[in-house]
Formats: sequence, structure tokens, C-alpha cells
Amino acid sequence: MKAILSIIRKEFLQLRRDPRLLPVIFISPILQLLLLGYAADLDVKRIPSVICDMDRSAASRDYLDGFLNSGFFAVEARVERMDEIDRYLDDGDAAMAFVIPRGFGDKTAGGRQASVMIIADGSESQSATIGVNYATMIAAKYSQKILLESFERVKGLGLKPVLVNPEVRVWYNPELRSRNFMVPGVLGLILMIMTTSLAAQGIVRERETGTMEQLIVTPIRPYQLILGKLLPFVLIGFIDAIFVVAVAKWGFVIPVRGSVPLLFALCLAFMLNTLGIGLFISTISRTQQQAMLTSLFFILPMTLLSGFVFPIENMPRFFQFVTHVIPIRYFFVIIRGIMLKGAGWPELWDQVAALLVLGTVILGLSVARFHKKLE
Amino acid sequence: MSGNSIEVKSLTKKFGGFTAVDGVSFEVGRGAIFGFLGANGAGKSTTIRMLCGLLDPTAGTATVGGFDVGREPERVKRVIGYMSQKFSLYEDLTVVENIRFFGGAYGLAKKSVDARLPWVLGMAGLKGRERSLTRTLSVGWKQRLALGCAVLHEPEIVFLDEPTGGVDPASRRRFWELINELSERKVTVFVTTHYLDEAEYCNDIRLIHAGRIVAGGSPRELKDKVIRNPILEVATDRAVDALEVLQKEPWVLETSIFGTSLHVSVADETEGRRLVRERLAREGIVPQRVDRIVPSLEDVFIHKIEEQAAGGEGSAEAAP
Repeated sequence: MKAILSIIRKEFLQLRRDPRLLPVIFISPILQLLLLGYAADLDVKRIPSVICDMDRSAASRDYLDGFLNSGFFAVEARVERMDEIDRYLDDGDAAMAFVIPRGFGDKTAGGRQASVMIIADGSESQSATIGVNYATMIAAKYSQKILLESFERVKGLGLKPVLVNPEVRVWYNPELRSRNFMVPGVLGLILMIMTTSLAAQGIVRERETGTMEQLIVTPIRPYQLILGKLLPFVLIGFIDAIFVVAVAKWGFVIPVRGSVPLLFALCLAFMLNTLGIGLFISTISRTQQQAMLTSLFFILPMTLLSGFVFPIENMPRFFQFVTHVIPIRYFFVIIRGIMLKGAGWPELWDQVAALLVLGTVILGLSVARFHKKLE
Repeated sequence: MSGNSIEVKSLTKKFGGFTAVDGVSFEVGRGAIFGFLGANGAGKSTTIRMLCGLLDPTAGTATVGGFDVGREPERVKRVIGYMSQKFSLYEDLTVVENIRFFGGAYGLAKKSVDARLPWVLGMAGLKGRERSLTRTLSVGWKQRLALGCAVLHEPEIVFLDEPTGGVDPASRRRFWELINELSERKVTVFVTTHYLDEAEYCNDIRLIHAGRIVAGGSPRELKDKVIRNPILEVATDRAVDALEVLQKEPWVLETSIFGTSLHVSVADETEGRRLVRERLAREGIVPQRVDRIVPSLEDVFIHKIEEQAAGGEGSAEAAP
């Protein structure tokens, strides 16, 4: 016990003297919160669009107004000819184009089928998909309107249109704010990045400067050494967790509906995993630089496969399978569950069990690899 | 119970196909200053690391303080102090913080650390610099502080791996005084070095070359036993030319250069003197002096290594 306390005390003394580390611990959460809270907005609004109205009729203007008044599209330019559109899309000045061909007004008035062309820049597939969905929705609404109007005109025939109106309710995040989805995720990312890379570097530094050799000849037991080295990072993890949750709740007004103590307790289950990975990285790296790059090598794929950016259900089967060994996947469900849904133990126990099993295995393997020898 | 602190039998360490330490055996008496001498890469550090439980031996056995290093490494660790080549202290901790940390690491109570603190500060000459960051200390200070941290828990045996590398001569002298003090208090000191002059301070020496022990004994014994032939010191301004000439002569057993003089090993003193003067005169070299000298450990070492290189075992005629 005395040995563990000595190591912990020493770690904090060193942290206090490291001029780079303190900013990293506090600035990186702020930065990520700002980036993911403000910049990484997946809600697509005001897509820059080019309008090419070759019909110039009352009907075409009416039709286009349907798009422009929706708020999803903004007019970047109006052009006369089709070929002028290319320039805007090529330069990336516009992401969508609406082309109304000649004769659109006459056709709709005459009850014949009319076509419009919508061009989307598919190189940004995410906003293109959303834009096309909006456009299709608006176009369908317009068709419905024409249909209804024609029914009005032939009232005498006794025909009644039957319409099904879906009443959509979005639970947990009624405004579908992507911020509500992203900011809780930051907690998981911060904990993973900080604890994994700091723990790996902290241990490798001892090896690099030769102090590890000095520690190995003391009667300190390997488990004491590991605990002494890792516990300080658990505390740093908690400080960051409190920080992120506070900023999320009061800064970004993200609802925190579930139990905060439960959330912090489960951070510990998650850190079992991240610290285990950090310890593992320290056993395969010789220098701090290697440790940092190796951490990145672990963190990046884990983030991509975590469900943070891409929904796991959309991944190919193989990768869906791989995500089962990615601890942060479970932690994301836990944080979002507790914060947005107010979920508790009954809803989350399976995720917690997965985290604990995975964490025990990872930490166990790393401890086994961490010999108290030099080679 | 023998009076030995360390007993090593056929200790071997292989790294892949490379044999760093090759069947080394020796004993170290309690309270001795045991010098382990050899060039860089000869296997000194590897041996010391096996004895401290930092590396597992490939073959052979060793007991340190009565405990087997392979079977009871953790018990060995309680009776030894170790100071590595790099004086591994925490550079970003102060002097006192380092001492307190290592005290804790050795499981000492705060009281015992408090009691030892003045002693360490005194021996390291660091009174008044307790709160300095270790980073800011000179190498000599760091080295003495490292020794202080290594003996905080009053071990029976101290391993010092090239403790005086990169240290100025005055600090080196002071450091050897500390080693003597430890020895007077019956602490066994196992020290590696490649400074042959330092070996003169040791009671017992082993020369290691390419993983094997090539000679051993007290400095006196080594000089008397190993070097049976007289050594002549030839002082001349043209030492390099003289070396080239003499090397080729069949009656010259060994030659080596020491600054502006040569050491020449010959079969007979008087005959040798005459031959050296005669041969050099033919090249127009007139040496200032040709005297018989008491061999230094360096002569012993060179003799032994040349013997090894020639593949001879104990043969005095092995020099090229």
C-alpha cells in the first residue's frame, strides 16, 4: 500500500511540473466540446443551390417557391442555360441545382405529366442524401397540392381524396438536434483519448528515461506498480468527466435525465478498458513517440467503429461483428441512454456487463504482458 | 553458511543467437569491493542485470545474499541496492522528493526516511539544495544522489553499473571514497567499470572479455601472476614509428602504446633493453629512456585480451 501511495504521489508531483500536461487535460475537452457541439452539426440547412428556370411561368415560380421557402435551400445563383450549372457544382459554390424545363406550366395546367430535374453534388454524400430527401418531399407535397386542386375542380363528380397523414413524434430528442447526440459522445471520446494515451506515455516515459530499471530492482510488486501508475489517470478521467457533463448540461443545455452518479460509476467501467489498452500499448512501445502514434492507431479505428459517426447498423456485417470488441461502442449507448433517455440499470445492465467483461480481459492480458523485467 | 555475498556458477545469457555472457563463475566475499572490468559490450551490464533480477539467466545459477536470482528474485530485491548506468532519478522531482519516493518504493516508513535523509544529503553534498530540481544538478551530484537513493534501505549488497561514466576526476575520487565507506560498514560493493585505474581501488577483480572471464584476483595478484615477462617502458617522441618497427621483431612478445611511450614485453630484461636500443637505432630513433616498469592493470588487460584473440590459453608467446 505504501509503495502504491508513493508512486501516486510521485505521479502527481510530475504532472504538476509538466508544463504541457495540464493544458492538455483541460483544453482538449473544451476544444472537442466546442468542435462537436458547434461545428460538427449534421443538421443540413440552407444548401446552396442553383436555379435554372427555363419555363418562367407562374407555375414554375410557384413550384420553386415551395423549395426556397422551406429553409433547406438557399439560392446561390439563377442561370439561363443548363450548361451554366456545371461551373457552380464543379467549383463547389453550389451543392444542388433545380432545373425547370420549358413547358412545365403548360403541362401541369393541361393535366399532363411534367418533369423537373434536381442535380445533387454526390461527392458530399451525406448532405446530398439529405438534400435530395428534402427535395423529393417538397416535390411530392406539390404534386399532392395539384391533385387536390384538380379534385376541387371536379367536385361535382363526388370523388373524395383519401389521404394518410403521418403524425411523427421524435422521442428523447424532439428537435432532432445533432448536438444532443454529439456532445454526450464527447465524454466517451475524451475519456478514451486521455486515459489511453496518457497512461501509455506515462509508463513508456519511465522506460525511456531508465527509471523503470530502477523501479524494477525495488521490491515493488508488478500490481503495485501498475496500480500506482494507472490510478492517477482514473482521477484525471473523472475530472474530465465532471467537466464535460457540466459544460454539456449548463453550456449546451443538453438534458441530463438519468442518474449522474451512475454515469460516473460507469465511467470507471469504461476506464478499465481504456487504461488496459494504454497499458498494452506501453508494453509494445519503446519511446514516448511510438506510444503516442500507437495510441492514435488504436483510437482512430475505435472511434470510427464506435457508432459515434456512422451508425453501426449501416456497417457491413463483418464490421458490425468487429464493433463488439470495441469498448466505446457500449459506453456510447450508456452515456446517451443516461443523459438523453434517463435510462438506468434495468436498461443498461447488458452494456455494462459487456464493458466489464471486455475490460477485465483487456486489462488482464496487458497485466500479463507487463513483466517486471527489462526485455 | 559461507562468507560469500554473491555466488555465481556458469551463468549464461543469450540474446537470440548472440551470447552476451558465456558461462561465468565467481564468488564475492562479504564486505568486498568487487570490480567487474571490461570494455563496452563485454557483458558487464548483462551480468549485473541478471544478478539484480532485471534479466532472467539463460543457464547457470546465481545466489545474491543467499537467495537464488532465478527462483526468488523478489527476496533478492530486498537485500540489494542498484544504481544503473544512467543514474535513473526523476529529473522533474526535487532532491528530497526523489529520496522520499525511493524510500517509499523500498517500503520504508516515513520515520526511517526522515532519519536517513540527513545522511543522504550529507554524503551527496546536497545540503542546502534539497529543493532543487534534480534536472539542474551536475552529473557528479546526480551520481552521488543516485547512490544515496540506492542505499536508503541499507542493503547488504550494492550493485553499481559504471557509476563514474561521464564524471569529472574530482567527483570520481569522491565517489570512490563513498564506496570505501560502504565497504567499511561491511556492505558488499559490486562495481563495473571500464576505467582500469579505478580497478586499483578494488579488493577483487574479474576481467571479462566477450562474455567470458579472462582473469581474476586482487590487483596485486593479477600483476604478479598474469604478467610473468618483464615489461619495458620505451619513452620516445616517435612512439608510433617505434611501435611499427618493434611489433615485427620475433623477440618482442607484446607491444602497446601509452601516449608518448611504448610498453614492450620481452623474455629477459637486460637482453631486451639491448635489443630495443639496437633495433631502434637502425631506424634513427633514440629513446630517452628504456626502463623496466611494474605492470599496470592495463598491461594485464591487454595481455589477456591479446592472448584470447590469438586463441591461446595461458600462453605467453601469443602476441602477433
